[in-house]
Amino acid sequence: MDGQALRPTASWENGTLAPVDRLRAERADSPTPGLVEGTEPGAGQKSAMFVHAQSFEDLTAEAEEEARRDDELDKSGECAEELKVLVGEKTIEEQRNNSISSESRSKEEDVSSEAWRSHRKHVFVLSEAGKPIYTRYGTEEALSSTMGVMMALVSFVEAEKNIIRSIHADGCKVVFLTKSPLVLVGVSRTCQSDKELLRELQYIYYQIVSLLTLTQLNHIFQHKQNYDLRRLLAGSEYLTDNLLHRLDRDPGLLLSAVTCLPLASSARDVVSSSLQAAKAKNLVFSILLAGDRLVTLVRKKDQFLHHIDLHLVFNLVGSSSSFREGEGWTPICLPKFNTAGFFHAHISYLEPASELCLILVSTDREDFFNMSDCKQRFLERLSKRSAYQALKEALKCPTYSVAQVGIPELRHFLYKSKSSGLYTSPEFPEVYHSDEEQERLMGLYQDLHSCLHHPTRPLRSFYRCSETENLLAWVTSGFELYLCFSPLGTKALAVSAVNKLLKWIRKEEDRLFILSPLTY
Amino acid sequence: NISFHGGESPKGTLRVKMVLLGSSGVGKSSLALRFGKDEFRSTTPTVGCAYLTRVVHLSDVTLRFEIWDTAGQEKYHSVTPLYYRGAHAALLVYDISKRETFIRAQVWLKELEKQYTPGSTVMWLVGNKGDLAQDRQVSVQEGQALANDRDLSFTETSALAGDQVSELLIYKKAVLGLIESPDLTKETFGNKGPKFKDGPHIYH
Repeated sequence: MDGQALRPTASWENGTLAPVDRLRAERADSPTPGLVEGTEPGAGQKSAMFVHAQSFEDLTAEAEEEARRDDELDKSGECAEELKVLVGEKTIEEQRNNSISSESRSKEEDVSSEAWRSHRKHVFVLSEAGKPIYTRYGTEEALSSTMGVMMALVSFVEAEKNIIRSIHADGCKVVFLTKSPLVLVGVSRTCQSDKELLRELQYIYYQIVSLLTLTQLNHIFQHKQNYDLRRLLAGSEYLTDNLLHRLDRDPGLLLSAVTCLPLASSARDVVSSSLQAAKAKNLVFSILLAGDRLVTLVRKKDQFLHHIDLHLVFNLVGSSSSFREGEGWTPICLPKFNTAGFFHAHISYLEPASELCLILVSTDREDFFNMSDCKQRFLERLSKRSAYQALKEALKCPTYSVAQVGIPELRHFLYKSKSSGLYTSPEFPEVYHSDEEQERLMGLYQDLHSCLHHPTRPLRSFYRCSETENLLAWVTSGFELYLCFSPLGTKALAVSAVNKLLKWIRKEEDRLFILSPLTY
Repeated sequence: NISFHGGESPKGTLRVKMVLLGSSGVGKSSLALRFGKDEFRSTTPTVGCAYLTRVVHLSDVTLRFEIWDTAGQEKYHSVTPLYYRGAHAALLVYDISKRETFIRAQVWLKELEKQYTPGSTVMWLVGNKGDLAQDRQVSVQEGQALANDRDLSFTETSALAGDQVSELLIYKKAVLGLIESPDLTKETFGNKGPKFKDGPHIYH
């Protein structure tokens, strides 16, 4: 691996790109992308739709805080010798060597086969009493002793007033996330950093909370420490399975962002205003999806949706066929909004075979008919407009080819506008058509993401050459950009491609992003 | 005769609230799908509740069935009263190849009986998955005996095989029962607690 970090230089940032002040003033006309948040291509013109967040950092902030506490405790000298072996960080050396030493994994050998152990990424959820709640592979029953050991590790370190974060051994990372009353454990052989793995565990945690609320979870375990939570999660395991699949595949979960259906802004504005008009007293969010792509989102004034909550909604809708047959009405907790209570979501497709799914989120559990009525009003209004036809047309080509950008060596890219929390990405080119290749590319992006967001030594930009592709990642206060070039490309070409790409995105931003989000 | 149509008669429509209750995986959604579209598809577990409407034209009246297909999963049980409250017809569904679902249906029955004055709701005990007769754990006699004991109507069905006659029977008998003694109110969902004072309403 030929990795090389580019030091961000003033000349690169200022030499070719317009000064920030001018951009602010002439944002709409300027083809030159801004480096400052709020002026980058794709930045919303009004307030953002989502909770303003430094995205990834925000997501992992809690874990960081725990880590800091952990460090402080370390300094206090309470840390026992053996803990130094357990607590990660000390063995941050990347393990390329995936050979499995049977010795270190003997605990699992008792209950599982070689095939089970060779999965790339395991996820376990257990209660603080050590009772299994979820495993990605195999059955929870068969793993009760394994999970017991995991809990013992957590408790042992806790008893010393410390927190176990990770174990690195034999190309395997074991990452712990304690979110009382749950403990989540990830076991990975990928190159992902602890922080990335923690992020994934957080998602799983939020998935469980979204089904039950944290209040209910706490209540259950306060009442009965030994409770078997699988009873309440029965029938929903597939949501967690699918979320884990998405975490491997969906750039949105990596970037903490959402992608939009490419649609002419005139049509999108009509759809948005039709949705805005179909309001009701307790309606908080109206979300229109086309598959995994956002068409529009209208929210109550001063209420923001977090991208994690939106991804959980995407996962719910994408994983279930039950909304196809009728109108769905379900309690749902949006954990980044409020872990204590349920919203009630009306979920239905606009037409029987349509990809367009409308989600109306209300605060009132008796609001079904009101929401159903909102949907009807929206549909009636929209059907009268030509924008509906334009929207249906847009569904036929929900993505675009990278060739449109006109950079010959460019194969694929991810571009996220930080202020809007939206990203855009072309379809995968021919070379990445197989599932394996797509996952491999996602793995490379994850790698770059890890480097840019390294907890102690974050990079602003990163260029990497390999036999199969060259990659460039660049983060500014306004955007995050990941580019994949053919292995024949050069660094100079990559750098010049950034400008060209940003100009193209600026030109297309009306279509690729939601620039004027609405509120009721 | 009962016939199924996609359209809805604007005049003389009787709204019938019907709820499907039972354990997870007994085939409530498949039955609902069979009622409405005469189709079978394997489905993912229902999330919360699915609401479907089916219009049935009889010779003298049009019935608009408002079907609440509830999730069998335990985590949703706290919201289930929302759906069975004020229902005109309740189908308690179990899987004939799984005894525990039959026991669970009896638990549902007890819960319903707590809420309802007898005779106000047409209740059906439905043994689904009749196509799995080789794995049967609940006999027809047992189902029938429970139904007789608790004054329920009883049938066995197969949403998979599309035993349409049985489904029609459910409709017909449910409907006939309703026309005799029911409380077809429009506000079946929004009202707190069961309401059975009103007579049948016909909306124009």
